[in-house]
Amino acid sequence: MHEMGIAMQIVDIARSAIPKNISAPRVESVNLKVGKLTAIVPESLRFCFTVVTKDTPLEGARLNIEELPVVALCEECREQSTIDNADFSCRKCKSGKLKILSGRELTVSSIELAED
Amino acid sequence: MEVKVVRRVLDANETMAQENRQMFAEKGVFVFNLMSSPGSGKTTMLVETLKRLGSEIPTAVIVGDICTTNDADRLAQTGVEVVQINTDQFGGDCHLGAHVIRRACQDINLDAVDLLIVENVGNLVCPAEFDMGEDRRGVVLSVTEGEDKPLKYPLMFRVCDMAVLSKIDLLPYLDYDKDLAVKNINTVNPNIPVFCLSTRTGEGFEAWMEWLKNQVAAKNKS
Repeated sequence: MHEMGIAMQIVDIARSAIPKNISAPRVESVNLKVGKLTAIVPESLRFCFTVVTKDTPLEGARLNIEELPVVALCEECREQSTIDNADFSCRKCKSGKLKILSGRELTVSSIELAED
Repeated sequence: MEVKVVRRVLDANETMAQENRQMFAEKGVFVFNLMSSPGSGKTTMLVETLKRLGSEIPTAVIVGDICTTNDADRLAQTGVEVVQINTDQFGGDCHLGAHVIRRACQDINLDAVDLLIVENVGNLVCPAEFDMGEDRRGVVLSVTEGEDKPLKYPLMFRVCDMAVLSKIDLLPYLDYDKDLAVKNINTVNPNIPVFCLSTRTGEGFEAWMEWLKNQVAAKNKS
């Protein structure tokens, strides 16, 4: 539901990453990493991105979303496992003492600029 | 040409949340962020909580809604300081961000309070994502919602430090499996306490009050 705000933040981050020495820059794509444990709907985010990039150097840019799995480390038996449903217990020893290693990312990893 | 960036999208919110946390630490205020879906009984529970606290712990409340001041009006009747946030000024936001809390705090004398309760916008999705600099988070689930809500909204139940199962006075009239609901909460987050209570009858309310008071006392000591 807050994808519009997220899209605006992404545009701000991408714009500030454009090297200052480029005149009339055009961004072809923005690469984003999104953990599965974030409250982001990729389709909604893409839609909002299209809206907020209008009349900016990002107009028409692709938003590449790489979804990252939820990975947790068991603090009891040190087993590392991927969580793919709402059961947050260790797959091996069933302990609930899990440390979430990844899955909450929401990161702009890079942008790609047109070469022309 | 590829330009490496590696910046977290919510950096701005998280930076401000850290600043808020620092401010709350300096002022010695315990901040509790209470979340739930709409209609779970958050406000009613808070009104009763404030009545029971009386003057024991100086408290202020920030309440977030998309529209209306109904909740603030109800809470203000208890005599505590209440600041209402209407998020429609920010485009109908579905959650309270750190910047909104910062602004609301300008209207509160933080030196005079030990407990700040933030009643978040009713929503089990977005508020879970946004740190506001609070010490603890809680989620309220009522027995008129499905037992499987924790499994459907795992992030919310995962980020919380406690959960309340509310409206348990209605259990005799419902086909509701209370134990399953508690089990589902602890499937998503095995280490959090679950307080089953009814604001209407007062059943189970004491345990929640004790938890809250202990949290405030622990912060005051540190």
